[in-house]
Amino acid sequence: MNAVLDVRGLGKTFGGFTALNGIALTVAPGERLGLVGPNGSGKSTFVNCIAGDFPDHAGVVLFRNRPLAGLKPHERARLGLSRTFQLPRPFRSLTVLENVTVPLRFSVPPLPVADARARARACLERVGLQDKAHSHPHSLTQVDLRKLELARALAPEPALLIADEVMAGLSHSEVDQILDLLFALNGDGTAVIMIEHVMRAITAFSQRLAVFVAGRKIVEGDPQTVLATPEVEAAYLGT
Amino acid sequence: MSRPLRLNVGLAAAGVALILILRLIDNDYAWYTGYVILQYVLLAVAWNILAGYSGYVNFGTAAFFAAGAYTTILLTKALNLDLLVCVLAAGLVSGALGLGMGWLTLRLRGVYFSIATLSLAVVLQTLVVNWPYAGGSSGAYTMRPQGYAVFGNYSEFLFVLMLVLALGGIAVAAGIERSRLGLGLATIRDDERAAAAAGVPTLRLKLIATAISGGMMGMAGAPLPYYASYLNPEAAFSLTHTINAMAMTLIGGTQGWVGPVIGATLLSTLQQGATVTISSAGNLLIVGGVLILFVMLAPKGILGLIRAWRGRGDTA
Ligand SMILES: Nc1ncnc2c1ncn2[C@@H]1O[C@H](COP(=O)(O)OP(=O)(O)OP(=O)(O)O)[C@@H](O)[C@H]1O
Ligand SMILES: [Mg+2]
Repeated sequence: MNAVLDVRGLGKTFGGFTALNGIALTVAPGERLGLVGPNGSGKSTFVNCIAGDFPDHAGVVLFRNRPLAGLKPHERARLGLSRTFQLPRPFRSLTVLENVTVPLRFSVPPLPVADARARARACLERVGLQDKAHSHPHSLTQVDLRKLELARALAPEPALLIADEVMAGLSHSEVDQILDLLFALNGDGTAVIMIEHVMRAITAFSQRLAVFVAGRKIVEGDPQTVLATPEVEAAYLGT
Repeated sequence: MSRPLRLNVGLAAAGVALILILRLIDNDYAWYTGYVILQYVLLAVAWNILAGYSGYVNFGTAAFFAAGAYTTILLTKALNLDLLVCVLAAGLVSGALGLGMGWLTLRLRGVYFSIATLSLAVVLQTLVVNWPYAGGSSGAYTMRPQGYAVFGNYSEFLFVLMLVLALGGIAVAAGIERSRLGLGLATIRDDERAAAAAGVPTLRLKLIATAISGGMMGMAGAPLPYYASYLNPEAAFSLTHTINAMAMTLIGGTQGWVGPVIGATLLSTLQQGATVTISSAGNLLIVGGVLILFVMLAPKGILGLIRAWRGRGDTA
């Protein structure tokens, strides 16, 4: 099979607590997958397992047909697997522009400084941060920090971008702006997993939707159908 | 002239000027004092490569420094090698030591790493104390030549040697700040997890930084047996080296190589003065007192003060 991401039997426990259990999920190249679920259902843990933060997880993760077991987070990033952090984690001592050059300076082979800066500037324009290029992260608003997080993740033109709640707290027009951006990125061939609580964005964006509840994937399929299933309604009403 | 070139030319000019000034004074005590100050400049700049640039606080300065000094003792005794060769060897030995220590400890984050480095000095010192060939606990003597090559006066030679090492260390540190390595270290200091997610090979960069930093500390220690003519484990492994390098850097400011240079110059000058006028025990007291003042009043060091003062001037 030719999936960009192929996850089988993924499990993760913290002490005695099971955060993920038997997750199977595939993403086709260039696909747009939505991932939703109540707070604490394991969405971010799923991202962390795939990104290499928890090497002790159960199950198998294949990225472009390659098993990721044993690979460090930076090695996975360099293969074209990009993620954002739910709580933005900017490099505080670097300018906004320098933040975005980092994945470009550390790709294999690395881009020369001038090229990296030019491309980082283009990325900032895409997310609408070009005017803040020389600011430091501490002077940015929450919204701009999310945009920076996104710019840094998409700069290396990944094969898969996992966007973990990049729209939380954004206004209606800002959500539209990020949606346009993710659509454009997807148009360039990047597969996207969008983790969101903003339902409007999820339904507009996703070609396929998966729902996590308490560490399990309860349904997956066409977004309209999935959202109409009784289990999903119960899960959301129950929280 | 490009910026790096300008810096290196400036460093060389400053070095020549220092030599000329001290030549005018031409007194053994002046060469000695200059040597000690420069030794601390080198130690502080080296310490800051790991602590300031990557955020990993190393409490093992004395171990790397002493490893350099004992490399000289051993190579001189066994092979009668020239001091310059010993300096290079000391850089390699302490660099390798840094690599080894880093390999064992750099997976530990934050304070755990620091505690692990502290034990390095203890382990090495125990080793030397129980090694008769290296002089054991009673120490080893070094025969000091009269002069060296063009230098009629060996003290002057040692001063010039330490000057070249210190300026070289500054050039290396400044080079790292401008380089991809420097960028990577800064991302590690800011947020190691985000750095890895952006493709930064965090462990490898930390190992490189530990090796460079350790190597520089070893080179700072290599001429010590000749400076003192006698070396014992207590002096070589003295916690004073660790505390001084750290305090001087914190007082100067950790943001770049300038901070440690300012801090080391100011503090070791003060210390040298105090050794003459008060007592040698006053040294650590001075460092401790000044450090406490800075931690309370100016946590970003002298550089931070200057920046804050300039910033106020701009807006006024
Ligand atoms: N490092 C950790 N150590 C211990 N427990 C953790 C850790 N990370 C997550 N958990 C727990 O695992 C469960 C799933 O958390 P996770 O962050 O994956 O949920 P989520 O679906 O992303 O929620 P949200 O929508 O609020 O972001 C939670 O109960 C959380 O407390
Ligand atoms: Mg989450």
